[in-house]
Amino acid sequence: MRYNSPQALHTPPYTRGNMGGRQRIVIAKPGLDGHDRGAKIVARALRDGGHEVIYTGLRRTPSQIVRTIMDEDARFVGLSSLSGAHSHLFPKICELLREAGLDDVVVFGGGIIPEEDRQELFDAGVKAIFGPGTTSSEILEFVEEASSRDCGVGSDDDWHWGV
Amino acid sequence: MDRIKLSRQLSAIENGESSAEYGEGPIVAITGPPGIGKSCLIDKILYELTPELVVGVLAVDPTSPVSGGALLGDRIRFNVLDDANKAESIYIRSIATRSSGGSIPSIVNELASHLLANDFDLVIIETVGAGQSEMRCAAVADRIIVVEGPARGDSIQAEKAGLLELADLIIVNKSDLEGSEKVFNELTISLSLSPDPPRIMRTSAIDGTGISDVAKLILTLEQRASSIRAKSRQKLLMAHENKIVSNPNFESILDRISQEGLSIPEALRELND
Repeated sequence: MRYNSPQALHTPPYTRGNMGGRQRIVIAKPGLDGHDRGAKIVARALRDGGHEVIYTGLRRTPSQIVRTIMDEDARFVGLSSLSGAHSHLFPKICELLREAGLDDVVVFGGGIIPEEDRQELFDAGVKAIFGPGTTSSEILEFVEEASSRDCGVGSDDDWHWGV
Repeated sequence: MDRIKLSRQLSAIENGESSAEYGEGPIVAITGPPGIGKSCLIDKILYELTPELVVGVLAVDPTSPVSGGALLGDRIRFNVLDDANKAESIYIRSIATRSSGGSIPSIVNELASHLLANDFDLVIIETVGAGQSEMRCAAVADRIIVVEGPARGDSIQAEKAGLLELADLIIVNKSDLEGSEKVFNELTISLSLSPDPPRIMRTSAIDGTGISDVAKLILTLEQRASSIRAKSRQKLLMAHENKIVSNPNFESILDRISQEGLSIPEALRELND
């Protein structure tokens, strides 16, 4: 028995239908910091918002994270960094996603990300940065909004959350 | 392996948007109570089998009955993925139970079949941490490995009816811990009374005891004759449940039960119409 049309799922616009708005979301900890409280809380909030969340665990490399997104067929990835290495790690992951052909994946980030670093991350393809004090409902609203847009990491849409 | 194509095909099958290809090969379910070391054990087995064999792992975690969401955390145990060479021949997919009632959704059987049709040598299904009466995994895999361990209390004798009777192999994990030999002996004595007792092995994911023996056995594991009828029973029950859950009116009938006092027998009659 052959699968009908694998191509249909790859073609633009970079949005995929998902029953009842449920998304598959990878929450990842790139780099070397071991602060996972925030990542776990975000994972829990997304779970309570009705999404399927895959948590990678600590200290993953950008290529491991991209492999996870690929294998899990996730539409979103949330990157948590408190080490200060976000300006290297987040754009690297965006680049690897595009190289892998995962143009429809929406990237967002959080942790300790100074205001002055954010524009650069948005330019690299990150669609939202959530700092301390963000409410879980704001993150859920972002996921809902981004789900309805063609704003994957490979799209030309320069929209980002909070504009 | 075209991972993007494969993972999107699996999603489409999981969402009921397309059907699976049919493949043959070993499908092994690994089940046992939460925290007994199922993920760590699979991790160590993957170290033994890859990169020579291409192995798929379908790791099931529960969906929240309240929000419908799920936190899928089995991947964090798979350290074997740090070895880039081995990782190439491993595909791990986290699966939420979604609307299924048991430890494992029936669609997992189709996902496993699809992987086998796409040149996988072995598919391992890791169930939700399950109790002794949770036999649903028998409906999706022909071979069942039950993982037990020490320090599970002295109620162990009473627990023995159920899942253990369906097991084709029993592993007493955490053999490095005190009490594991006692559990091993108790299980051996208890199961020796059955006509075709399953093999029992001791392993430790920490010191590596028994892992290579399990890895060797997993590919050739035989189904125990006495478990076949019981497995068929689980398949039939699961198919029946699927029929009910996949009814388009299922959610609205649930609402009517909880809000309008629709009775269960009436609801069942509507669902079966």
